[in-house]
Amino acid sequence: MILLSAYCAVLLSFASGLLALMMHQRQTLSAISEYGFNKLFTRNVHCRSWINKNLEERRFPVFLKQAVFVLLGLSGVFAVIAGLAVLLGKGVITDQIALGLPWLPWHIRFDGLSGFFFLIIGIAVCAVSLYGPGYVRTYKENEHPFAALGLFTGLFVTGMLLVLLADDAFMFMIAWELMSVASYFLVAFQHENPANRRAAFLYLLMAEVGALSIILGFGVLASFSTGFTFDALREANLSSTWASIAFVLALLGFGMKAGIVPVHVWLPEAHPVAPSHISALMSGVMLKVALYGLIRFCFDLLGDVQWQWGVVLLILGTVSALGGILYALMQPNLKRLLAYSSVENIGIIFMVLGLSMIFMANGHPQLAALGFLAALFHAFNHALFKNLLFLGAGIIHHQTHELNIDMMGGLIKKMPQTSALFLVGCMSISSLPLFNGFVSEWLAFQTALQVDVLDNGVLRSLIPVAAAALALTAALAAACFVKVFGLIFLGQARSRNSEKAHEVRDKGMLAGPALLAGLCFFIGIFPGVIIHLINNVSGQLLEHTLPNDSALGWLWLAPVSAEQASYSPPLVLIGALLAAGVCYWYLRRSPLTVMRRAETWDCGFGGLTPRMQYTSSSFTMPFRRIFAKTWIIDEQIKKDLQGAMDQDVAAVHYQLHIQDHSWPRLYQPIAQGVNNLARQVGRIQTGNIRTYLGYSFATLVLLLWVIS
Amino acid sequence: MNWLIAILQTTLFVVLAPLLAGWLKMCKCHLQNRKAPSLLQPYRDLLKLTHKQPVVSEQASWLFIAAPYLIFSATVLAASVVPLIAVNLPTSASADVIVMVGFFAFARFFLALAGLDIGTAFGGMGSSREMTISSLAEPAMLMAIFTLTMTASTTNLSGAIAHVLNEGLILRPSFVFALFALILVAIAETGRIPVDNPATHLELTMIHEAMILEYSGRHLALIEWASQLKLMLYGVLIANIFLPWGIAETFDAKDLGYGLLAIIGKLALLAIFLAIAETLVAKMRLFRVQEYLSFAYLLGLLGMLSHIILEASR
Repeated sequence: MILLSAYCAVLLSFASGLLALMMHQRQTLSAISEYGFNKLFTRNVHCRSWINKNLEERRFPVFLKQAVFVLLGLSGVFAVIAGLAVLLGKGVITDQIALGLPWLPWHIRFDGLSGFFFLIIGIAVCAVSLYGPGYVRTYKENEHPFAALGLFTGLFVTGMLLVLLADDAFMFMIAWELMSVASYFLVAFQHENPANRRAAFLYLLMAEVGALSIILGFGVLASFSTGFTFDALREANLSSTWASIAFVLALLGFGMKAGIVPVHVWLPEAHPVAPSHISALMSGVMLKVALYGLIRFCFDLLGDVQWQWGVVLLILGTVSALGGILYALMQPNLKRLLAYSSVENIGIIFMVLGLSMIFMANGHPQLAALGFLAALFHAFNHALFKNLLFLGAGIIHHQTHELNIDMMGGLIKKMPQTSALFLVGCMSISSLPLFNGFVSEWLAFQTALQVDVLDNGVLRSLIPVAAAALALTAALAAACFVKVFGLIFLGQARSRNSEKAHEVRDKGMLAGPALLAGLCFFIGIFPGVIIHLINNVSGQLLEHTLPNDSALGWLWLAPVSAEQASYSPPLVLIGALLAAGVCYWYLRRSPLTVMRRAETWDCGFGGLTPRMQYTSSSFTMPFRRIFAKTWIIDEQIKKDLQGAMDQDVAAVHYQLHIQDHSWPRLYQPIAQGVNNLARQVGRIQTGNIRTYLGYSFATLVLLLWVIS
Repeated sequence: MNWLIAILQTTLFVVLAPLLAGWLKMCKCHLQNRKAPSLLQPYRDLLKLTHKQPVVSEQASWLFIAAPYLIFSATVLAASVVPLIAVNLPTSASADVIVMVGFFAFARFFLALAGLDIGTAFGGMGSSREMTISSLAEPAMLMAIFTLTMTASTTNLSGAIAHVLNEGLILRPSFVFALFALILVAIAETGRIPVDNPATHLELTMIHEAMILEYSGRHLALIEWASQLKLMLYGVLIANIFLPWGIAETFDAKDLGYGLLAIIGKLALLAIFLAIAETLVAKMRLFRVQEYLSFAYLLGLLGMLSHIILEASR
């Protein structure tokens, strides 16, 4: 039954993709329906008139788009059901499908870990399918055909779900490639812009290099085992060197997809150019699938984790978290900023996962379960709020036709609902108490503080430093999202477009983000719900759960023990409401002190214009100065001088370019190396047929010699 | 009963905060050969502000009006977590020290947004600077706090204080480092000299004041009160974590009375030190604050390392 709903989720998303292909088949469809009615049920008049009405030329595209998204939404609902059912049932379900290689049918395995990520995908897909119909309406059919968008969205979701179900390396790679290639087409959807094509190609390139590395990782495992099924790979008996090699390969492959510094460069290129609901899926969900792959590979297939791997993950995670948020801080492009912020959040997840590995390898499985809980919880939270923020960014782009936050401002009055939803997202991602982001961060700190149980002195001093880096990351994230919300929604409009913006009319476009915002708040107040689910996952995978997650009662969150740390969001909420309510009531009771509106005071200077407001680059200027080494900053100030002896400044031109260090340091040398190598190889390609015949002859002789 | 005492303690916290500000001002005036205002002047100022009609800019959105209430209640919640006169109160179980830092972040988030809401250059400047300084101060603060929590192996403030009480007076190098780190952070976070000067409105230097320029009436009162509360909160943190003696461990009236007297005495002493420091030290340039805060971080790190190397059980 559980498996059936999982299959339903996969098939429905596939069907939604196929249905999108019917976009240009209206004639055929109406012919088929005519034929069907004549042959079969001629009596049902209502049904017939309903179908005919929807097949009319004007209504058909709208109807079809809605149908596609309804199927996608249903797929999401089934994924949620399947995920919850398997998590609560605590079972492992296996199955085989007669697809794939003749001697290797597709093995299916649906356990707690897959179920948890099914839940993540399901929620995200539900939100996106509520949002989608309104968003795709702006695309002109002849420029951006819906058939392509719908087909690849369906395939993309199918691929992600299949990755989670896979129980052999072969099916895993097929599904993985389906996911990568489908998302490549989605990134390249608006291909008329050369920058988008370049971004898409970069994405494809990195996805394929990553996939190769994963295949090699599986290959290392498979060479020590009897087959390609995960069961066989689990049995593989690796020496610690080979296990480490497999780990490094898997880390490279999955890390490339997840966006770990320094292999993150595709993220900030690809996410801004895809349609917003696709970037929401890619950033919120696809990165999590990469995380799933890594967890499956390390904790499940490799089995015995080594503490050195944990240290590698911890360091990489810390670097990614700090690097991601520092780069995000400097971005004026909203979607690019969000993409960099994904790098940060994935970094946090990797960091905590590294802690979990360190505890696991040092024989503290319960603390490992705590770290694992924090990592998965943060993955879940990130999926919620990053999806929310990307969908919000989509609404803003839809209404203002801008992505540059320096061109926005004052939208809180024009788009009150969007701004409230976006505020929830910003508060969650800045990990403020009462919202979900805070809970996972709190758990991460609690994990790091358990370092006293370790024997290794280096680890004991390394982990608190990482925790302090996490604190810095959180504080920078708060600064970053104060900037985002403050510049987009507050202040005065900085451009005509944002002055004329108004609230989005499509209810679905608000319903999708509202669903996610509601979940962000609900889970922030009642985190026990998700913690209970994750405990089942860690029970299956690590064979240990948290010691007493409900020692104080369900209101409290006490992951280690009640004496060590506890947090009770419902009580905090009650306290906050009490305090705010009392002072609100007390201070506003006198009618003499009713609020009065007046002109902005501004220290009495007057003449305030929108151009006097702080912009993105001025807001982040102190950071730019303090952390100057982190970026390649190219700041140019040019003055137009005029008058006698060039004394007066007529205009000042300011240019600021901020670049990632990884391009000149890592990628350009590699690209140059490849080019040089190609040039060397090019020397033997003379273009002369006789030379080529000579090569063939030499090869033939060589091969004959080898055979004999 | 316990909840009642907890609520009472929080109320006491809120009520006493302006008194501390008045006392601090008094000490400073005496040190600078000025005539001091009455000890109760901050109360009078707050009362005056609540009786005035608040004037709000036409540009302001709902966030600007809601922010003072949010800031105040977040600070009150932070205060409810910190043991003032007694330990083992139920409120400290509902939130630990990391949540307390979270409450500060919550208040700061809305303060910075309120600064950006009107769209003045001053507001943006204040928000930008505040977020910069706080993002540097937060790791330093957590480093100092982690040193403490690792020694006491709990992040519950009440539990940590009880641990220090039970251990008795032991000179721990880690605590000395952490104390200094926390003092430096406290000065930065509460906007005192040398990081920020609460008594000035000079445009080049102001941070906290720049964000709240547009506030008036009860909104201003709430924000002022919240910042007084924050000052007292850091004072209580420093006094009660590092010198917890005197705090009530049982809930009978005598112990609570002694607890109250002890904390008033400790805070009065701390305020005198702060006043002397503020009189002797000049305000720093904004871009030297990073050096100051990285020094605080370094102290916290040293504290942590000395805990790990010198004091930990193995």
